[in-house]
Amino acid sequence: MHLILFFIFAGLCLAGAINMLLQSHPIASALSLIVVMTSLAVLYLLLGAEFLAAAQIIVYAGAIMVLFTFVVMLLNAGREERTQGSRVASLVGFPAVAVILALIATVILHVQGLGTASLSQGITSTEELSVVLFTKLLLPFEVTSVLILIAILGAVALARRGHGDQVVSVPQKKTEGR
Amino acid sequence: MNLFAQEVPLSWYLLLSAALFSLGVVGFLIKRNLITIFMSIELMLNGVNLSFVTFAHQWHQVKGQIFVFFVMMVAAAEAAVGLAIIIAIFRARATLAVDRIDRMKL
Repeated sequence: MHLILFFIFAGLCLAGAINMLLQSHPIASALSLIVVMTSLAVLYLLLGAEFLAAAQIIVYAGAIMVLFTFVVMLLNAGREERTQGSRVASLVGFPAVAVILALIATVILHVQGLGTASLSQGITSTEELSVVLFTKLLLPFEVTSVLILIAILGAVALARRGHGDQVVSVPQKKTEGR
Repeated sequence: MNLFAQEVPLSWYLLLSAALFSLGVVGFLIKRNLITIFMSIELMLNGVNLSFVTFAHQWHQVKGQIFVFFVMMVAAAEAAVGLAIIIAIFRARATLAVDRIDRMKL
């Protein structure tokens, strides 16, 4: 059962991620990313992290992606234009990505002592998690709340229309293919 | 062989997370839209989160899962600020194509 669920949702995950790269419309990319995040929540549940599965759906698939789709619709972002991209990206970037992926894969496949996961292994309860979070890791938790507060203030300050912020007419220059 | 009683090696989860991370990097490189580039960053964060959860399962440690919780919080803060910056850029430049956003000064 675990194997079947893993194959279904890992496949969905990879398909969503690849689809996100292939789609040229931002809203389609956002919807594929929601598929990725929801199937990741199921994978978390398979690994016994029930709280994180719920938080993944609520925070990522819910809050963050709603924010993304909202911004896409607010800015009326259309189909992106395909350009060449930078030469540095194609010369250095893609080989570097391939090398890093190959390196990680070889390390993972050669490492000894990695266990297996099955459905019978029980799950980490939220109670267990919160005991550690609110006793040993209380200070980082509180610091994160300050971070969230600063982020809220920063977002409001950045997104509101300032005083000296006159709407400039942008010269629509052609993109020269670089 | 009973397919229903099969166990999944944890290395498969790690490989999936590495694949997700690499796809995020590729998306960061090939995408030409500011919002989609930002989504690729979220994809990378998700890939790393999966490997955290996998190692938390391997070593029976709760702290790995708590770290993922912190990453989620930071990602939420980052999304709020980043999208606000994107809105500000769009207001000043009226475009989202990264090829046209090539000057720091407004």
